[in-house]
Amino acid sequence: MDFKELLKNVLTEQFPGGKLQFSEFTDELTVTVSRDIYVEFCAFLKTDERLAFVLLEDLTAIDWATRKSRFTVVAHVFSIANSSRLKVKAPVDDKDFSIDTVTTVWQTANWHEREVFDMYGIIFKNHPDLRRMYMPEEFAYHPLRKEFPLMGIPGSLPLPKKS
Amino acid sequence: MGLEAKLKQDGYMTTTIDAIVGWARKSSVWPMPMGISCCAIEMMAVGGPKYDIARFGSEVMRFTPRQCDLMIVAGTVTYKMSKVVRMIYDQMPEPKWVIAMGACTSTGGMYRSYSVVQGIDQFLPVDIYLAGCPPRPDNLLNALMLIQEKIGKTRARDYDDIKQPEIISL
Repeated sequence: MDFKELLKNVLTEQFPGGKLQFSEFTDELTVTVSRDIYVEFCAFLKTDERLAFVLLEDLTAIDWATRKSRFTVVAHVFSIANSSRLKVKAPVDDKDFSIDTVTTVWQTANWHEREVFDMYGIIFKNHPDLRRMYMPEEFAYHPLRKEFPLMGIPGSLPLPKKS
Repeated sequence: MGLEAKLKQDGYMTTTIDAIVGWARKSSVWPMPMGISCCAIEMMAVGGPKYDIARFGSEVMRFTPRQCDLMIVAGTVTYKMSKVVRMIYDQMPEPKWVIAMGACTSTGGMYRSYSVVQGIDQFLPVDIYLAGCPPRPDNLLNALMLIQEKIGKTRARDYDDIKQPEIISL
């Protein structure tokens, strides 16, 4: 049995009742989980000895603009022991832009989540240090949201005076 | 006929203080290397032996603004960085000059975006806008020579008021 099959079996066994949706594109496996079990799921990915997804390669988000679940948080994880990748997606509600942090699972998620917060305004609950990453602290917008204009909001970023 | 021969003939020369101070200043322009992104690599090449900015008396790249006359802003200036650039500029003693090196610095360049200042002349008085992405090292030397020309023409009375430099565009 190849690793992808094993992975599907182990995961559906651990999270039964159709909580996970698998999809595959160009041999890459993606699993969509609800945000209630997102952290629990990630912790299982890392700690289970058969899977051992110890490395968080990337964590980002997608703004779908018109969908009901407006944002999707995407985590790319890598298992060194099995040299396999997995994408974990968790939809985020459009009323309450928040999801639990996975810094408790992968420490490196700290800065990734800060960046996602800066760019999309998604709040990561229980994050140890949720400050802006790139934009100035006093900036009031989230630039990668679809409604944000490319050239920014005039006057939102003050320049020094030209004397 | 070299300088020594001239010195043997004439014991003195006459000039104006403005002219000799201008000559001294333009022959020793000390740059502030404000290297922010890839233009800084070309600026380093200017410092190296092939292009050799020392030929123009400007090899002394000072990393403290207090000893600089010329700020070479080499790279993309974001809104977040603009405060830093301005703070360093403000620490340089008068008289001082600014080269906006490259497309990003002059106009925002290809970064037509919310985070990049669309031309540093929005918060700094710029003397030279240098074209190129990045400009070749010889182009930067050309800009330095134009600045030298400008400095040579500077008179003390130009600084009675707040400095309002004329803008030379290449």
